[in-house]
Amino acid sequence: MSGQNGHPGRAMTDSTTTTVAPPVTGSGRIGDSPLRPDGTLKVTGEFAYASDLWHDEMCWGVTLRSPHPHARIAGIDITEALTVPGVWAVLTADDVPGDNAFGLEHADQPVLASEFVRYEGEPVALVAADHPETARRAAKKIRVDYEVLPAVTDPRRAMDPDAPAVHRPGNLVRHLKLRRGEVDPVAPVVVSLDFEVGMQDQAFLGPESGLAVPAEDGGVDLYVATQWLHVDQRQICLALGMPTEKVRLTLSGVGGAFGGREDLSVHVHACLLALRTGKPVKMSYGREESFFGHVHRHPAVMHYEFGAETDGTLVYAKSDVLLDGGAYASSTNAVVGNAGTLGLGPYRIPNVAVDAYGVFTNNPPCGAMRGFGCVQAAFAHEALMDELADAVGVDRVEIRQRNGMREGDRNITGQIIDSAAPVAELLQIVRDLPMPPPLDPSDIRALPGAVGNTTHGEGVRRGIGYSVTYKNVGFSEGFDDYSTARVRLEMTGGEAVATVHTAAAEVGQGLITVEQQICRTELGVERVVVHPKNTSVGSGGSTSASRQTYVTGGAVKAACEAVRAAVLERASMGLGRPAADLRLDGEKIVGTSGEVLASLGEVLGDDAVEETVEWHHRPTHAIDPETGQGDAHVQFAFSAHRAVVDVDVELGLVKVVALDTAQDVGRAINPDAVLGQIHGGSAQGMGLALMEEIIVTDGHVRNPSFTDYLIPTILDMPPMQVKVLEYADPHAPYGVRGVGEPPTISSGPAVAAAVRDATKKPLRRVPIRPEHITGT
Amino acid sequence: MDFLQPTTWAEALTLRAERPDALPIAGGTDVMVDLNFDRRRPGALLDLGRVAELREWGADDGRIRLGAGVPYARVIEDLGAQLPGLAMASRTVGSPQIRIRGTVGGNLGSASPAGDAHPPLLAAGAVVEIASAARGVRLVPAAEFYLGVKRNALEPDELIAAVLVPAAAGPQQFCKVGTRNAMVIAVSAFACALHPDRGAVGTGIGSAAPTPRRAPEAETFLAGELEAAGLWESRGELPETLAAAFGERVAAAASPIDDVRGSAAYRLHSLAVMARRAATWAWNDYRKAA
Repeated sequence: MSGQNGHPGRAMTDSTTTTVAPPVTGSGRIGDSPLRPDGTLKVTGEFAYASDLWHDEMCWGVTLRSPHPHARIAGIDITEALTVPGVWAVLTADDVPGDNAFGLEHADQPVLASEFVRYEGEPVALVAADHPETARRAAKKIRVDYEVLPAVTDPRRAMDPDAPAVHRPGNLVRHLKLRRGEVDPVAPVVVSLDFEVGMQDQAFLGPESGLAVPAEDGGVDLYVATQWLHVDQRQICLALGMPTEKVRLTLSGVGGAFGGREDLSVHVHACLLALRTGKPVKMSYGREESFFGHVHRHPAVMHYEFGAETDGTLVYAKSDVLLDGGAYASSTNAVVGNAGTLGLGPYRIPNVAVDAYGVFTNNPPCGAMRGFGCVQAAFAHEALMDELADAVGVDRVEIRQRNGMREGDRNITGQIIDSAAPVAELLQIVRDLPMPPPLDPSDIRALPGAVGNTTHGEGVRRGIGYSVTYKNVGFSEGFDDYSTARVRLEMTGGEAVATVHTAAAEVGQGLITVEQQICRTELGVERVVVHPKNTSVGSGGSTSASRQTYVTGGAVKAACEAVRAAVLERASMGLGRPAADLRLDGEKIVGTSGEVLASLGEVLGDDAVEETVEWHHRPTHAIDPETGQGDAHVQFAFSAHRAVVDVDVELGLVKVVALDTAQDVGRAINPDAVLGQIHGGSAQGMGLALMEEIIVTDGHVRNPSFTDYLIPTILDMPPMQVKVLEYADPHAPYGVRGVGEPPTISSGPAVAAAVRDATKKPLRRVPIRPEHITGT
Repeated sequence: MDFLQPTTWAEALTLRAERPDALPIAGGTDVMVDLNFDRRRPGALLDLGRVAELREWGADDGRIRLGAGVPYARVIEDLGAQLPGLAMASRTVGSPQIRIRGTVGGNLGSASPAGDAHPPLLAAGAVVEIASAARGVRLVPAAEFYLGVKRNALEPDELIAAVLVPAAAGPQQFCKVGTRNAMVIAVSAFACALHPDRGAVGTGIGSAAPTPRRAPEAETFLAGELEAAGLWESRGELPETLAAAFGERVAAAASPIDDVRGSAAYRLHSLAVMARRAATWAWNDYRKAA
């Protein structure tokens, strides 16, 4: 197992003299937790989110959406809508100048529906007006003649020959087939189960918003909350029929994302309206529309089987996973990839048969959400691991430790785990953490139901559950995953200032702070300005897959190194010494024995040194279509949770008493931010286990509000004990390992296991509702 | 949409009579949601927030007169002793911010079957004080106030002035099931009040019928059994079988539906459990009070 790496590799231009750690000033270098520049603004309500965007003379755009899960559009009459005073434009599919299609992986989703609508909420027409209310009223006057068609809304029916086809040629998006080891392995102990996961929503607090401003060159400037500016830009250009340089994007304040902003929402619509009206157009969804305006987590129907020796050692594992992709492809292909290649958990399994399917239905489109295919599978493999433990009479933690991956093992795609895989250690840590105190009925806030006053201790049983999971970091299966960073160093008012410019989206996770920390560390300057995120610099890649600190962090580090090399080269010429004998230390150029040779100001003068670097992580590879074998992933991140719950078994109400975790983060660039990710991710996983579900009946969403789509409150989330391991990944910048997703994956299964432990009921579906526990 | 802001009660009643298309708004915690979702487009909003007398409460002849504009936060702070059931229910309303804005009068005006204030008002035998400019004041018992889903006994020219709630003569309890531990709309709710002064039991059911309602048969049953066994006087233990039978009768009085918040079967089951537990807690309080 890897040891803990001491410090970041510093001054790569002068590797012979980098035996000392960078000066620890507590002033915001890596390993510190400097205050976030956006932190105070956010907690005082002063931060400008995308929904706060404003422009003189702007008008407002709204979207008319389909009320039907599946229908043919026989005609659209916009005449009456156009007569509403204050309306500037009403647009339909006929007004899309370029390709009327977009999509992250396949361009299969119309900008505005033309012939068919395939899900409830699909955009059909747009209105721009002086006032949002005027636009909404005008939209209601658009007459759409729908011929309602039969809808396929059960993913299990989607591949039936007689099922309605959502798209031609059929409803299968991807079948991932993975075979490893023996064809028909046998084992003395066999356990199996069926498991279902409901549709979770990202539930970000800042609804979709953007402002499109028509430009004098005939192009458009779009200010928008998103996760990946450049992939948006590519799709917008195709839809508008415009070259890249005419469509410029700037990131505006993002109020959470969690995958829900990977696909386009207002982007093309706002640009179309702005270009048509010649006026700035703002679009901002309300909460209800937001539920129809972004993709959700795929619901899953799964069958799992483990075969094991009598001591619990796994002989084989089989899984059959069906993911409901809804009406359009979005990222279903990649989600199936994860559910297949990672869906048996962080275990050593010699013989494997996996079939993972993603299908089209007329349900809401599903795509990226934190955990991305691993979340669903983890509920199944962890529930089955408990079954196996009970079947062979081995402790539930011990059986996981016995089967847990170790560094150097091959996973089920045959890929060698080439950095730390501390599965057994993570489990041991959470097992050994202090347990919460026993039930205290004197404070009802601590009881299931809380101030609902439903129990004073009656019917309450305590349960404990464990889970360990893993996930890929970064984009996989051969995707060329990179980020671009531009770093400039100059003197301003006698002080050295670094400016870092990337297009990598800050969505609330703290990337801008990380970028500053890396610049301070690499360049030794205190003042680091983060340039607004926009498309005037190269792509930063997606803020997803737990990848930004790794990939954009890597790019910023590399750009800083290039700047430093250029500065030392300048100094070398001035000082007449080889650059290899010089170091940049604080704002000084020092020689081999640390003697100060020049100040940075003397070297730079009035010039700025600027370097732009495109940084790629290690290549990954496609998997074999028949066997699923291949080095599909760049890095793996491991986490374990222990949940303790009190369940009122008579009423089916749950209070999570403790939700403790251990996670290997490789290197904590910003320890406070790491904890924040782990706290939030754990809450989101717990939410899926106990309450978060978009309820869809016959293709209709029944709870598009925060009144009925419940996310955990402070009374649902216990204080956490978090143990962070830092086993540096030698292949990653500073040794970092992605942090954001793992806690979301392992927390839910631990909570579900704890509820099963308390109730002694199988509970093969999440979210677990009270009636599942009471049987009513 | 006009925004009417009377500063006196008389002015409010006059405006109410003149503008039948006006929607009264108190804390706005229901009304603003409906407006935002475009479920309602009233011709005017009649803001009662500046009518000072609505925000007062007082004691009168064993009854608390709770002005329609008193927010839940004040009920919790001021009236925990006199109106324990209502105070317990108030604690379960929304978030702290909602409890500062939301009012019992607004809850009555909305008349949602899920309104948290209704079950304790029913159990306590509250009376709604209704007023109009033309006909003055009339009193409607809470049990007759709720007419259907989000419909109440108000005439188009009437406003709710106050609710008159007998100060508790015995223990009261309120229970509410939701699928998270705070900020949740009731899946089902139950309130009970013991009235030892008259040997009676009060009940109120929430979220399990088209309107909030009492469980009269359960009330008569439990009061009768307590009387027959001499328990009012002896303050002996409440037999578990009696508590359970009471719970079954409470559930029998409900007529819930399946919806996204819960199944009808679960609502019936949970009512039976809550009623059994609440009766037991109330009775234990009664015994301790001796």
